[in-house]
Amino acid sequence: MLPLTLLVKAGLYLIMAISLLAAVASVSLPNIFHAALALALALLGIAGIYLGLQAEFVAVVQVLIYVGAVITLVIFAIMLTNRMADRSTPAKNSLGAACLAVAAGLFSILVRFIRSTPWPETTSAPAPGTSEIGQALMGPYVFAFEVISVILIAVLIGAMVIAKKDNPGEDAP
Amino acid sequence: MIPLSHLLIFSAALLVIGIYGAVVRRNIVGILLSIELILNAAALNFTAFSRFALAGDQEAGVIFTLFIIAMAAAAAAVGLAIVIALFRVRKTIMSDEINLLKW
Repeated sequence: MLPLTLLVKAGLYLIMAISLLAAVASVSLPNIFHAALALALALLGIAGIYLGLQAEFVAVVQVLIYVGAVITLVIFAIMLTNRMADRSTPAKNSLGAACLAVAAGLFSILVRFIRSTPWPETTSAPAPGTSEIGQALMGPYVFAFEVISVILIAVLIGAMVIAKKDNPGEDAP
Repeated sequence: MIPLSHLLIFSAALLVIGIYGAVVRRNIVGILLSIELILNAAALNFTAFSRFALAGDQEAGVIFTLFIIAMAAAAAAVGLAIVIALFRVRKTIMSDEINLLKW
């Protein structure tokens, strides 16, 4: 389809490798701030894979919401809560080796299932554009759309109520 | 178009990396970061599957992905608010130092 399709494929595999490396870094770096930045890189790579799947709208939403909003929120929370004084506290608990074994086993099982299942190799249908997505969102999925807007409002208010300081006059400890 | 199985293996790798991080991290913010990885793996799977579906069915997966992104943002907002409130009360956000049910 595209004249540069081989180059695009190679680029996508490169993006996958970078995202996986960034994901590994974001779970293994001892400094939580560096871990958040590595997670931002992994999320940007996933946005690139959405672009490769011709889901441009999802890619833009991923960059806007995750890299723009969620990572900013995480960095705010890290700066509000991190005790910069004691660097010596270990970042991981003692379950590392056992959990690594379990995760590797789960991954090998998943890969075996994925490889032994016949998947459709190619697709000829054009990817849905933004207007199709919008019409589906306002058509068959309008109830879910309304529910998620109510949930987002509730979350907004709930997060403010949970995170706000208690009034000093009421029951200050 | 790269094969569907490669995308699925990629998101399976993201999933297990996220599970590993969610179990071994002591910092609660680190656990939330790992949960974001897990949710991203699931969301990527939805779009990947829908890209290989028939024409006319492809919007469903994309819309599921958008809903997952919205729910993940909501989860992150509430989770980080809880982390900040917890830090204000307990002065720690290490998950194994928070061992009181009531205070």
